[in-house]
Amino acid sequence: MTEDQLSELERKFQERIDNDVKIEPNDWMPDSYRKTLIRQISQHAHSEIVGMLPEGNWITRAPNLRRKAVLLAKVQDEAGHGLYLYSATETLGADREKTIDDLHSGKAKYSSIFNYPTLTWADMGAIGWLVDGAAIMNQVPLCRCSYGPYARAMVRVCKEESFHQRQGFEIMMQLAQGTPEQKEMAQDALNRFWWPALMMFGPNDDESPNSAQSMKWKIKRSSNDELRQLFIDVTVPQAEMIGLTIPDPDLKWNEETKHYDIGAIDWAEFWEVVNGNGPCNKERINARKSAKENGAWVREAANAYAEKQKAKNK
Amino acid sequence: MHMQKNKKLKTNKMSNNEWPLWEVFIRSKQGLNHKHVGSLRASDEVMAIENARDVYTRRSEGISIWVVESNSVFASDSSDADEFFEPADSKIYRHPTFYDVPDGIEHM
Repeated sequence: MTEDQLSELERKFQERIDNDVKIEPNDWMPDSYRKTLIRQISQHAHSEIVGMLPEGNWITRAPNLRRKAVLLAKVQDEAGHGLYLYSATETLGADREKTIDDLHSGKAKYSSIFNYPTLTWADMGAIGWLVDGAAIMNQVPLCRCSYGPYARAMVRVCKEESFHQRQGFEIMMQLAQGTPEQKEMAQDALNRFWWPALMMFGPNDDESPNSAQSMKWKIKRSSNDELRQLFIDVTVPQAEMIGLTIPDPDLKWNEETKHYDIGAIDWAEFWEVVNGNGPCNKERINARKSAKENGAWVREAANAYAEKQKAKNK
Repeated sequence: MHMQKNKKLKTNKMSNNEWPLWEVFIRSKQGLNHKHVGSLRASDEVMAIENARDVYTRRSEGISIWVVESNSVFASDSSDADEFFEPADSKIYRHPTFYDVPDGIEHM
């Protein structure tokens, strides 16, 4: 392909995007678009899968059967979300196993929020309310992403996610209305998860170098800071309503901008956790690795059985 | 006829003992077509259908599932879709709006 032909293809590609025509798997696309999507979707998939671990930690200790059934259903949903997303990466020609190996080797990232420990039952509430709440803010605009399979996976995910947030809020609300000890437990979970939840939206816009290209390709449709602000604005009144305090002395309503102003986010902590030094990074990756290694014999046995059946039916 | 293999298939080899890829189709209710919803990996068709149930119908989205191994799917070539579908675009007389019906004619 000559350079002229390539730039003509790229021009037509951008024109389709500008006209809101979705890109589908077999369509021509620039290599950098494909690579960006594979990176983003696989990181998203890894986040869903690793995200099962902090909550899985409490399934056997849920306070009653209803809570246990709900948590189990939520964690099962996260597994489903991971699978939709790994399938979407495969439509781009990514090798699924290699994608997973990249997670295990540390080459691929996942949302840093899942590197924080879940110390009490209230953390199940904080995660559903704040972490799933932030995830919804991020994922809703992705339903309009330019890449068809990713957008469709997001529609499905968003539909399922709203129960996740509500069940978390319900846990927080009930604890906040409970005994002083229960309320303290809820407040403590909010204290620990508030700032990491705000970090889920990623660095400030002026520190986010790849955003402009992703916006142009309509992979990303809102900026990190816009989404973070939206999350803060809807969440602060929810906390007030259930009598919990947002752990930010600088938080205040700005009558001029009609938004809440917040204190400084500790970006040094964010980068520490992203770079592998959070409280649970090693534990999370080790859990994924051992799941893969310990399950190897099951996958092999299933293959052997399938081959045998095929041979029998010939 | 221009055709291309579904590109996903490039990765459908069973490297590292990887299970084959399946395309999943779901009938959401009696009277509607099965519709493509996504794909998944499974070692055989029984596992593919059970996994499809768990992955794609957790909220009662289906009453019937089809699975097809992805490497059995052939696709028209999207790069010359314009030419390929041109015969339909150029025959506007196939549509009822092509014809003039005078006022006063009813039931047509």
